[in-house]
Amino acid sequence: MNFEKIDHILKEHEYKHSAIISIMQDVQGIENYLPEDTLRYISEKMELKLTRIFDIATFYKTFSLTPRGRHTIRVCSGTACHLGGAVKNLEQIQRTINIQEGETTDDRMFSLETVNCLGACALAPVMVIDEDYYDAVNPGDIEKFLSPYRSEPER
Amino acid sequence: MKQIKTISDLEDLRKSILKQRDPEKITIRTCLSTGCRAKKSIKVISALEDELNNQGLQEKVEIKRTGCHGFCEMGPIMVIEPANIFYRQVKSEDIEDIVFETILKGNIVKRLLWKDAGTKEYTKTEQELPLYKKQKKHISYNSGKIDPTDIEDYIVADGYSALCKALSAMTPAEIVETVVASGLRGRGGGGFSTGLKWRICSVAPSDIKYIIANGDEGDPGAFMDRSLMEGDPHRIIEGMIIAAFAIGASRGFLYVREEYPIAIEHLSIAIQKAEEYGLLGNNIMGTGFDFNISINKGAGAFVCGEETALIISIEGKSGTPRSRPPYPAFEGLWGKPTIINNVETFGNITQIILKGADWYSNIGTTGSKGTKIFSLVGKVRNTGLVEVEMGTTLREIIFDIGGGIRKNRQFKAVQTGGPSGGCIPISKIDMPVDYDSLREAGAIMGSGGMIVMDETSCMVDIARYFLNFLLFESCGKCVPCREGLKQMHYILTNICEGNGERGDIETLAELGNFMISTSLCGLGATAANPVLSTLRYFHDEYLAHIYDKKCPAGVCKNLFEYMIDETLCNGCTLCRIRCPEKAISGEKKKPHRIDTAKCIKCGICYNSCKRQAVIVI
Repeated sequence: MNFEKIDHILKEHEYKHSAIISIMQDVQGIENYLPEDTLRYISEKMELKLTRIFDIATFYKTFSLTPRGRHTIRVCSGTACHLGGAVKNLEQIQRTINIQEGETTDDRMFSLETVNCLGACALAPVMVIDEDYYDAVNPGDIEKFLSPYRSEPER
Repeated sequence: MKQIKTISDLEDLRKSILKQRDPEKITIRTCLSTGCRAKKSIKVISALEDELNNQGLQEKVEIKRTGCHGFCEMGPIMVIEPANIFYRQVKSEDIEDIVFETILKGNIVKRLLWKDAGTKEYTKTEQELPLYKKQKKHISYNSGKIDPTDIEDYIVADGYSALCKALSAMTPAEIVETVVASGLRGRGGGGFSTGLKWRICSVAPSDIKYIIANGDEGDPGAFMDRSLMEGDPHRIIEGMIIAAFAIGASRGFLYVREEYPIAIEHLSIAIQKAEEYGLLGNNIMGTGFDFNISINKGAGAFVCGEETALIISIEGKSGTPRSRPPYPAFEGLWGKPTIINNVETFGNITQIILKGADWYSNIGTTGSKGTKIFSLVGKVRNTGLVEVEMGTTLREIIFDIGGGIRKNRQFKAVQTGGPSGGCIPISKIDMPVDYDSLREAGAIMGSGGMIVMDETSCMVDIARYFLNFLLFESCGKCVPCREGLKQMHYILTNICEGNGERGDIETLAELGNFMISTSLCGLGATAANPVLSTLRYFHDEYLAHIYDKKCPAGVCKNLFEYMIDETLCNGCTLCRIRCPEKAISGEKKKPHRIDTAKCIKCGICYNSCKRQAVIVI
């Protein structure tokens, strides 16, 4: 872990305890997850109890304590997407890359997540891979959407 | 730098901006909001920019990058002014025609116009679109018209005039009483009187007070707050400054979902610009009034939309609600009196101040004033954002504005209010939409999500869906919510999987009513609404699941089969080719068959068939 970057983030937020959520969001931005030694480091530097940090890390859905894959697939499970067949899309993705929601493939290529609602309900059902949105998805499209990411060189 | 140092400076600035602008100039309004961006509008706009440059038109034609137009499904959207021509689903390949035909020759490119799926008629201008025609855009007026990152656009559109009036011609008490008299009720869900909240907070004894704008729009199926934050961020900020002046607060917080990066970006730019112009920060417009706003990003916890949980989250802890009273207006952030309002509520303030409480309270119904933005989505033909007067009927919204149900299917229900709301059946379609009527019908206004369902939507599955949602979002602090949700979800899952038993319906109702009366916060107290409202209006569907072991809508996997209607199948082979399990057999041009033993019910055949020959039994 790059402690210099973490120090910079802590400094930016003036080590304020009330800013801990923002700090953790920024720190997660570095490696896309929160390694344990990083959280211990933050706890020490901020003089903030490790239990509080873990409380936050496990309470809020955005935080991950395990490494994520190179590409994150987020399937929107908002109401409009659910009605439009999000579950069938999710199942098809699970079959295609052989992992369950919340898991990462063995080759660390994909992580699969669901998200409550992306607020793009008029485009339902929606799926997002990294930053790319896919609208009106149906199970037959899944393979076509995923395959370009497999061959993409590492970011 | 055009720092505004006195109240009259704003009007001078507006005049000087207007002087530089040519109202007759051809302007292409393009949308850069989440919906259109998802449909690659950035690429299309850059192609437009290139083409205009190539033709040497960059000085003659202005590209305005706006927020949401509300017709997200039709994105990327382009509106060409002053003729108001509305083009939809524009691709980079269409740009040449737009420039050569429309910009240079004034001709319409017909294939880009919106076409009514029912009447097959084309609509030429934005204002003639059925989705917009019956709307009353008061709050969402600027969105889709102005560049949200350009404060001068907002100023030209009368922006910050309400703040001028509030600071120069009104006392804090007058502002509070104007908001009380307007009848405005909170747009976040609860529907509490905004003015009363302000009044309580304004008299609470404390030197330090806070303003919080709740942009943690968590209800699945609702995205009006996102659009407002993305498309007209200054309106929210102006509302917050006025509120701060009215109660004597000097710090404000905007709590926005992390899932809304564009909203966060546009609000950040707006805050920075407002500060640069002297409209926010210390000594606002030279009046000696100080107010600063910072943004807090949510971290993916639905319960943080609840006000006490949100406040605790801003304090840097895990956002679990606490019991009220004391209400935040007495004891809020860091124990100080705090006004916490939804962003759309703040969006209403400027017009109340500018046009007065009488004008505002003339709009709407007796108990619900003003207009409300709804997100009309689901199985309806025209999906998007619609702003209508309170009291507009469901029929007007869904059929006149929304164009009715897709694929000529039957309307079954409309779900309002998100996980705290309920499903309203066809028998109530002529009901006026306001806080009180919705509550009577077993639903709530919520933040304004309206999800339309047809006969392919299973009401038991929807009830389970919301419980499943809440099960993960319940903070676990109080027993009724934590355990009640678990038990209800267990029973509903059994029903959906074909293991429902006699007595399940009664147990669900009993648990639901228990949760309503004993839960700590609004999440638990309303969690049973989706179950109770579907039990009330769609009892038969529960019976079909429990006793006949059938899901009439074809959603619950164990309770239906796919079959090919041989009279409709023309043997195109598409389903056979696409079936991942090779469960479909048949020769070319002859009816196909599904082997139900092999079928995993992925739905690919059902979605692929162009003749709707794959049916649910």
